[in-house]
Amino acid sequence: MENPAVAIEYQNVVKRFKGAACNAVNGVSLSINEGEFITILGSSGCGKTTLLKMTNRLLDPDEGNIILFGENVRDVNEVLVRRRIGYAIQQVGLFPHMTIAANIATIPKLLKWDKERINARVRELTELVGLDPGEFLTRYPAQLSGGQQQRIGLARALAADPKIMLLDEPFGAIDAINRLNLQDELKRIHNSFTGGVKKTFLFVTHDISEALKLGTRVIVMNEGKVCQFDTPENIVKNPADGFVKSLIHTLRRDGPAHEVRK
Amino acid sequence: MREIWDSIISYFENNTDAYLTMLSQHVSISLRVLSMSIFIGCFFGILCVRFSRHQKWIIGTFQVLRIVPSLAVLVLSIRFLGIGMGPAITALTFLAVPPILMNTVAGLEKVPVFMLETAKGMGMTPLQVWLRVRLPLAFPLILAGIKTAMVEIVASATIASLIGAGGLGQIIFQGISVRRTELLLIGGISVALLSLISVFLLDLLDRFFQRYKRI
Ligand SMILES: Nc1ncnc2c1ncn2[C@@H]1O[C@H](COP(=O)(O)OP(=O)(O)OP(=O)(O)O)[C@@H](O)[C@H]1O
Ligand SMILES: [Mg+2]
Repeated sequence: MENPAVAIEYQNVVKRFKGAACNAVNGVSLSINEGEFITILGSSGCGKTTLLKMTNRLLDPDEGNIILFGENVRDVNEVLVRRRIGYAIQQVGLFPHMTIAANIATIPKLLKWDKERINARVRELTELVGLDPGEFLTRYPAQLSGGQQQRIGLARALAADPKIMLLDEPFGAIDAINRLNLQDELKRIHNSFTGGVKKTFLFVTHDISEALKLGTRVIVMNEGKVCQFDTPENIVKNPADGFVKSLIHTLRRDGPAHEVRK
Repeated sequence: MREIWDSIISYFENNTDAYLTMLSQHVSISLRVLSMSIFIGCFFGILCVRFSRHQKWIIGTFQVLRIVPSLAVLVLSIRFLGIGMGPAITALTFLAVPPILMNTVAGLEKVPVFMLETAKGMGMTPLQVWLRVRLPLAFPLILAGIKTAMVEIVASATIASLIGAGGLGQIIFQGISVRRTELLLIGGISVALLSLISVFLLDLLDRFFQRYKRI
């Protein structure tokens, strides 16, 4: 098998916010292959969101480089970079004044797709995230439950078929059962690639079992640094340091038998 | 009572044309003032939010201009601008801008930061974020400001007749000078009705644009 292409490369990335005592992201170097499903774990405030936002240039690093498919993001127009990357966040941010169909169609419209192609894509995506197009497309976001909104947020991020998806706690406020369903669907979406290559997912979560279940590899972060970047199996078997160990420990203590992606 | 009613009827019988002229003057002044103040209020409102360093003094300036009583503004404008429709529109615009300006600023600032950031993160240009997300979401509050301004404009346009701009104020001031109650009633009720109608129309507009909230 030939080596997969490198999708995202972080080279010694540092981000410092004005007035902050220490760096939010402090020298992160990682290399992520195309088609991987990377989950990111870490305590609150350890820089996960900051790392994601630097990837689609909502923030620019103070030091270091971020390379997407061989291209330094600094050298590409920021709007164009973002249109090639799917982005979904915990607050979802569906536009309340637009119907569900218009929300999903946002990026295709910006890219000036023709109407039929947009309509077909919108229906396809609504079904992909497990909702009935006939019932939901003409509704407004306020008419959806939190979980349904998060599904639509996912569909909207997938709309232009981006090669990279940045998912910042997209299943934040959701009950356990819906969460399990969404996890399975997300896994299925990741596997149901279009156009021959798998998408590369970066998925931030606070739920350790979720991270181990979904990730082909897991990033564990603490205080702006990467503690360990490895397969779920290795993270559980050989935690790199005390922080990772304590994280796994909470799982053993609280969780029932956990599932690890192989 | 019967007497007043009779004289109201006879006023309309004998002065239909004059009444309609004054009514249309009143409407025309109000609409012109409204469009001017919407333009100025929204323009400076957007400036205030986009360049927040300047927000304080822009809002402050318009607030001070509003504190001056409408009558004083009108009389002062005679001194600087002369009499007639133009000066009346200018003076009334100063009164109507602040509510629109304040509500534009409040509406734009109320749009959650994460909403703007997702819009940007999806690949909208700054202009697209403003036109497709920020302004539409601020619109209900801007419209509320326009409503407040509208009521103020219709009422204040009454005194614009004092500087020769015409309008329903003429009937009222004539009624005062010749002490005819029916003229006061005709003028006063006409202005009140005009005000109600304009609020009703703006409410319809509001309902149309906020249909996504009423489910
Ligand atoms: N705009 C900002 N200005 C100043 N400091 C910031 C800003 N955004 C984030 N920070 C700081 O940077 C650090 C990392 O924040 P970040 O949002 O990346 O954390 P996180 O890992 O996503 O946390 P959480 O799990 O709670 O979402 C935090 O200490 C935070 O206070
Ligand atoms: Mg975060």
